[in-house]
Amino acid sequence: MAKKDAPPRWDRKMQQRLARGEAAALGELYDRFASLVYSLAHRVLGDDRAADGITREVFAHVWEHPDTYDPKTGPLRTWVASLTHRLAVQRLRATETAALAQGGQGSAEELERKVRHAAVAARADYIVQAMPAPLRAALESAYFQRRDYRQTAVDLGVTEDEARRRLRLGLQLLSTAHDTATPGAPPEYGGAV
Amino acid sequence: MTELNHFEEPEGPEEGTEDGPDGTQGREPGGTAYEVPEQGGDDREGDAGRYGDERDGDTGHYGDDRGGDGRHHGDERDSDGRHRGDDGGSDAHQPRDDRDGDAGLGSGAGHYGGGDDDGGAGDGASPLPDREPRIPMPRASVEDSGRPLPPPAVPVPLRLEHGVLKSLLGAWALAACSAEETAAVEEHLGSCGACADEARRLREAVGLLQRPESLDLDPALRTRVLQGCLDRRPPRIPVPEWARAYDAETARLDALLQDFGDAEWHAPVRLRWFAGEEATSRRTTVAGVIAHLLAVDGLVALALGLDDPLEGAGAEARTPGARTEAYWRASHFPPTRTVRGPWREQSHAIVRTASFTGSTAGGMGISYGDFELPLRDALLDRAFECWVHAEDIAEAVDYPYDPPAPRHLRGMIDLAARMLPKVLAARRQAGLARPRPAPGGRR
Repeated sequence: MAKKDAPPRWDRKMQQRLARGEAAALGELYDRFASLVYSLAHRVLGDDRAADGITREVFAHVWEHPDTYDPKTGPLRTWVASLTHRLAVQRLRATETAALAQGGQGSAEELERKVRHAAVAARADYIVQAMPAPLRAALESAYFQRRDYRQTAVDLGVTEDEARRRLRLGLQLLSTAHDTATPGAPPEYGGAV
Repeated sequence: MTELNHFEEPEGPEEGTEDGPDGTQGREPGGTAYEVPEQGGDDREGDAGRYGDERDGDTGHYGDDRGGDGRHHGDERDSDGRHRGDDGGSDAHQPRDDRDGDAGLGSGAGHYGGGDDDGGAGDGASPLPDREPRIPMPRASVEDSGRPLPPPAVPVPLRLEHGVLKSLLGAWALAACSAEETAAVEEHLGSCGACADEARRLREAVGLLQRPESLDLDPALRTRVLQGCLDRRPPRIPVPEWARAYDAETARLDALLQDFGDAEWHAPVRLRWFAGEEATSRRTTVAGVIAHLLAVDGLVALALGLDDPLEGAGAEARTPGARTEAYWRASHFPPTRTVRGPWREQSHAIVRTASFTGSTAGGMGISYGDFELPLRDALLDRAFECWVHAEDIAEAVDYPYDPPAPRHLRGMIDLAARMLPKVLAARRQAGLARPRPAPGGRR
């Protein structure tokens, strides 16, 4: 998760192409990030239509303001994820607040809790998706396939020590979903305006 | 309001299960959950020295955390813990507790009646055989039966070094170590604050693991999103109208391939076409179909000055069929999923280059070996091929696949209609079709 000195070439070129107004670049951007954007938005909002809407907003924002992404600050993927996160959480809060104002059930605290819960869940998704594949594979094996760490080691062709290390490291990364200001997790207000 | 319902619906069931995570609240520093460990600690202190109960104390401590974190994932896990029996690590607490209680019942005391009975059962260390199955029966039926049940298999904690115990924390949090290791870790957590903190943190993290929702992105969303963007800020370098069907169809096929595993990539596909006078077909795999598209799209790439995917291996082959055979032959192994990247990169590069050459390039001739098409038609043809083969693939893996968007389909049909006279003329020349009827003549 350390920042690299030179931002990945693809990110830089993409930003330049978008800035130039190249429609083909927009298509490529969509092809690379649409499922990330849509699934994060869906995790926060829990609704197809709303996730559609956020997807439209995110790409429109990037297309209209490609300069708000600075390749030096990190990968485009992280930036897009944090933009999605921010817009989706904003929308959730707005929708819930409106519902509350119209005499819906619940309290302001419940609303905040709900929003925070959705935000953490979305960050956790992103962290799992962005973590190194070997760690993800270990968690996948131990959690979803319910293999113990020895079986996991066999499945992954690594030593038992290594399997334990990966499980621990993977969970350590994942636990950062609770902290908003952790590198690796999209910061709630980082990046775009 | 309907929107609201959308939100409430998924949330509804969660609220209930999330009551545990109001333990979640406690994740925040100063929250109530921090009381839970303290309670656990008290238990442990109170029970210190009596091994069986010490474990119970730990259960109270970490079991609570787990229940809070993972309840809605946890249901499955609990039942699994039972299946796994003692291997299930800390999940096995649940079954062990059951057995504790059951043993108590066996001696005539109710599990929920008095907490002390638990201890009694534990102390009892009854000599009953450690009988299979370990999977506890539903409580009601056990109560009915009143039969004696095996005592808990009390794992003897291993003596492990601190470093090893620490390394086990992840596996422990996931209930993925042996019963002995679980016991050793939990004993250790009672005396090591740093490890206990990490253990709690990792346990909470387990609750954040979510099965990725398999969300099928609506293929039409791409067009909607892109159009929305382009309306807001018109592109300086648009994708030419005649390249849009190809852009859309390759994107659709790529989305279909997205979640394919090896089984799908190697699913058999039968390609069917019409050659000369009869229908013919050829067997390949999903990956083989993508290789075919890569090789033939390469004709367009080549004409646009891009790299030829065949790279010498049969690059002299000019017809689509020959190029495909050459590509298939040149690879030592049958095509695998690795073909997706090059195919997708090439299709992106074609759209990009076509955009830069501008609308004037649409008339540029693309050679198919024995005939030629202007670029604009060649890309319609490639869009059509992409759709047809995407359907072959979708059929092979039993996925649904929609037809192209109407305006793209219209372009393809238009091309076919324009091609028809030429195709018929060629067939006549080859003696494969009835000669053109004489003007005014009737059959």
